[in-house]
Amino acid sequence: MTRVFTLTAALFLSTAAMAEEMRMAVTTSFENSGLADVLLPAIKADLDIDLQLLVVGTGQAIKLGEAGDVDAILVHSKAAETAFVASGHGTHRREIMYNDFVILGPTADPAAIAQDTKVVDAMQRIAAAQPAFVSRGDNSGTHLAELALWKAADLDAAGFGDWYHATGSGMGAALNTAAGLNAYILADRASWLNFGNKADLALLFAGDPMLFNQYAYLPVNPQKQPHVRNDLAMKLEAWLVGPHAKALINGYSINDEPLFVFNATDP
Amino acid sequence: MNDILAGLAAALRLIVTLDAELVEISLRSLQVSLTALLIASTIAIPFGTLLAVQRFRFRRSVIAVLNALMGLPPVVVGLIVYLMLSRSGPFGVLGLLFTPTAMIIAQVIIISPLIASITHQAMRELWAEYHDLLISLHATKRQRIATLIWDGRRNLLTAALAGFGRAIGEVGAIMIVGGNIDHATRVLTTAIALETGKGDFALALGLGFVLIALALLINLGIHALSGTEREGRW
Amino acid sequence: MAGLLPLTLTDAVVRRNGKTLMGPVSLTLGGEGITIIIGPNGSGKTTLLRAMHGLERLSGGAADWALPAHEANIRQAYVFQSPIVLRRTVLANLRFPLDLLGTPRSVANAAAVAWAQRIGLGRALDTQAARLSGGERQKLALARALIREPEVLFLDEPSANLDGRSTREIEALLQQCQAAGTRIIMATHDMGQARRLAADAIFMLSGHIHEKGPAEAFFGASRTPELIAFLNGDIVE
Ligand SMILES: Nc1ncnc2c1ncn2[C@@H]1O[C@H](COP(=O)(O)OP(=O)(O)O)[C@@H](O)[C@H]1O
Ligand SMILES: [Mg+2]
Repeated sequence: MTRVFTLTAALFLSTAAMAEEMRMAVTTSFENSGLADVLLPAIKADLDIDLQLLVVGTGQAIKLGEAGDVDAILVHSKAAETAFVASGHGTHRREIMYNDFVILGPTADPAAIAQDTKVVDAMQRIAAAQPAFVSRGDNSGTHLAELALWKAADLDAAGFGDWYHATGSGMGAALNTAAGLNAYILADRASWLNFGNKADLALLFAGDPMLFNQYAYLPVNPQKQPHVRNDLAMKLEAWLVGPHAKALINGYSINDEPLFVFNATDP
Repeated sequence: MNDILAGLAAALRLIVTLDAELVEISLRSLQVSLTALLIASTIAIPFGTLLAVQRFRFRRSVIAVLNALMGLPPVVVGLIVYLMLSRSGPFGVLGLLFTPTAMIIAQVIIISPLIASITHQAMRELWAEYHDLLISLHATKRQRIATLIWDGRRNLLTAALAGFGRAIGEVGAIMIVGGNIDHATRVLTTAIALETGKGDFALALGLGFVLIALALLINLGIHALSGTEREGRW
Repeated sequence: MAGLLPLTLTDAVVRRNGKTLMGPVSLTLGGEGITIIIGPNGSGKTTLLRAMHGLERLSGGAADWALPAHEANIRQAYVFQSPIVLRRTVLANLRFPLDLLGTPRSVANAAAVAWAQRIGLGRALDTQAARLSGGERQKLALARALIREPEVLFLDEPSANLDGRSTREIEALLQQCQAAGTRIIMATHDMGQARRLAADAIFMLSGHIHEKGPAEAFFGASRTPELIAFLNGDIVE
C-alpha cells in the first residue's frame, strides 16, 4: 500500500512541478484530425505551456468557456462564437485555419449525390431518396453546419422520418454508427481521413465552398472569470497565428492530403 | 473475430514494448481507483457495519436508500460532481474540475454505497452469530464494530474488490469530471472510449485487455496476500 | 470488594410479540454454590438465565444486583447452549474478553495460555477455533467465560451435546470454580448432572418457577406432583 502511495504521490507531483498548465476546449473534429499531436509538442517546446485539451462538441466547449472551466476555446461555429463574444464570455474571436466538410455514404451511393456539384443539390437528393443518414445531433459545430446545409436546401431536419438518425454523439462515435448502418453522414475531412473503421463508407461529395469549415480561437474573458490564465491564452494566440504554427498547420497531411489551410490574419 | 485477434495483438505489443503512454494511463487508472477505493472503504466499511449493529429509527429506510444508491447511474454522479466542481458551481474555487482528484471524488460517490451495502450484508450475518457473546462481554459499540470488521475481513475484502472493479471499469463519470485530458486525466477506460471514437478498434480492444488483466492481477494479488493466513476460512 | 450478590428478581416478565415467555418471576439468589435450573423444553430456563444476565429486556418487573448495573455487568459471565466461537484462533478466543478490557497483551496472552492448558487445548493455541470438536468448543467457551474471573457464572445446558468424558471434564472445572468462590447458575437437562452439582435447584414450568429449594429437599421429598413426575422422567407439560 505504501508503494502505491509513493507512486500516486509521484504522479501528482510530477504533473504539478512541470511547466505551466493551460486548458483549452476543442471540438472532437479537431482532436480526431490528429493535428493536436503535432501542435501540442511544439507549443510545449516554444512556450513551455502544457496545453490540456478538453475534447467536446462546440456546444459544450462554449459552456465550458462560460463557466470558466477552460482558459480558451477553439471551435468552428461562427454564430455561436459571435454570441459567445457578444455576451462577454470571450474577449474576442480570432480565425486560425479552416478545413472542409465532406459527405460520406455507402460506396454504391443510392442517393446518387456523387454527380452533384452543389451541396444543396446533394442535400435535396438525400432528403428525396431517404437513405439512412446519421447526424451528430449534439449541437457541435459539425451538427450546426449540417443543419445549416439542410436549411440552405430549403429542408427542415426536424421533420425528417426514421431514416434520419440523430445520434447525439461525437464525430468518432457518429462515424462508427454510420459505418454500422452504412449511412450517409456529414463529417470534417480530417476526422474522416484519420478514421480507422471505414467499412463500406466512401467520400461521395466535397469541394463546394459552402462546406468551408472555419476554426476560430476565443480566449475566455478574465473580467468574467478572474481565475482564468488569460496571460497564457494570449501567449498561445500569438503563437497560433505565428509562422511556426502556420508551417505546422499547412504542412499537416494524411496520405499526402493536406487537411487544414492556415488563414489567420492580423486583427 | 479479426478485430478481436487484432485487439489481442495490440494488447501484446503494448505490453511487450512497455509502451510509455500505456504505462502512464495504467498507473493513473490505478492511482485514481485505488485512492477512491481506500477513501470509500474507510467511510463505507464502518458505516455498513454500524448499520448491521445499531438499531435506530430510520435504519430500514437508510438501508433501502443505500441499496438504491448502489444502482446510481455513474453518468448522473459525474454530471452532479461536474456541476459542483465547475468554476461556476459551489466548489468552483477549489479548481478541482478536470483533475484526478475530481475523478476520485466521483468514484468514491459511486462505489461507497456498493461497499457499504455488501459490508452490511456480510456483517449482519456475523453480527447474528456474535451478538449474544458481544453483549454478554459488554463490548462497547466501537469494540463491537472493530470485532466484526476484523473477523469479517475476508468478506470485506470481497466488498472492497467489488468496489475496485466498479471503479476501475467506470467511464461515464470520470469522462465528464476528468475530461480525458492527455497526460493529465486520461485513464484506461476513457482512452478506450477515445480510441473507439477514432474507429481504432484494435487499440481500443488492446487497452481493454490490459484493463481486464490489471483488474485480474489486483484481485489475485490481494487474494494471495490475504491467503497467507493459511488457517482461515472463506 | 463489595459483593455482586444477592441478585433479586421482582415480578420479572419477558414478553415477546405480545406473548409472555416467562414470568412473572420473583427470586433472590445469594450465598454460594451451584444453583441448577431444570424443567421441560420451552419452560423458560434459557429465558430466565438471559433475563438474569441482562441479555433479555424485561417487559415488567426488575432484576437488581447488589451493585450498580455497569459494575455488575463486568463481574458476570455467560456460557451459551451452543458455544459461540469467534472466527479466530483458540488463543485469540480465550484472550478476547481481556482484550476488550484493555488488559496488556502479555498479561492477556499468559492468562489465555494458562487456560488453554487447563482445558487441554495447550497444543491447539494457533488452531482456528471453528475447527475444534463440539466438546472442545464448549470447553473453550467455558474457559473464555472464566478468564475474567467472574463472580457469577451462568451456563445454559453446557453439556447438552457432549459425551460422557467431556461432560465429566466440564463438571470438574465447574466444581473447581465453585470451590474458588464463583457463584454458578446453570440450566441442565441431565438429571444426573443436576443431582451431582446442585446446592439448590429451581424447577421451571410454563415460564414460571414451579418449585425451588435446597438440593436434598428438592431431589428428596419433592412436594409437587409435577416435579416428582419430571424427576421420574415422565413427560410434564
Ligand atoms: N426469540 C423468541 N421469540 C419467541 N419466542 C421465543 C423466543 N425464544 C424462546 N421463545 C419461547 O419462549 C419459551 C421459553 O423458551 P426457553 O427459555 O428457550 O425455554 P427452555 O430453555 O426452557 O427450553 C418457549 O415457548 C419458546 O418457544
Ligand atoms: Mg434452553
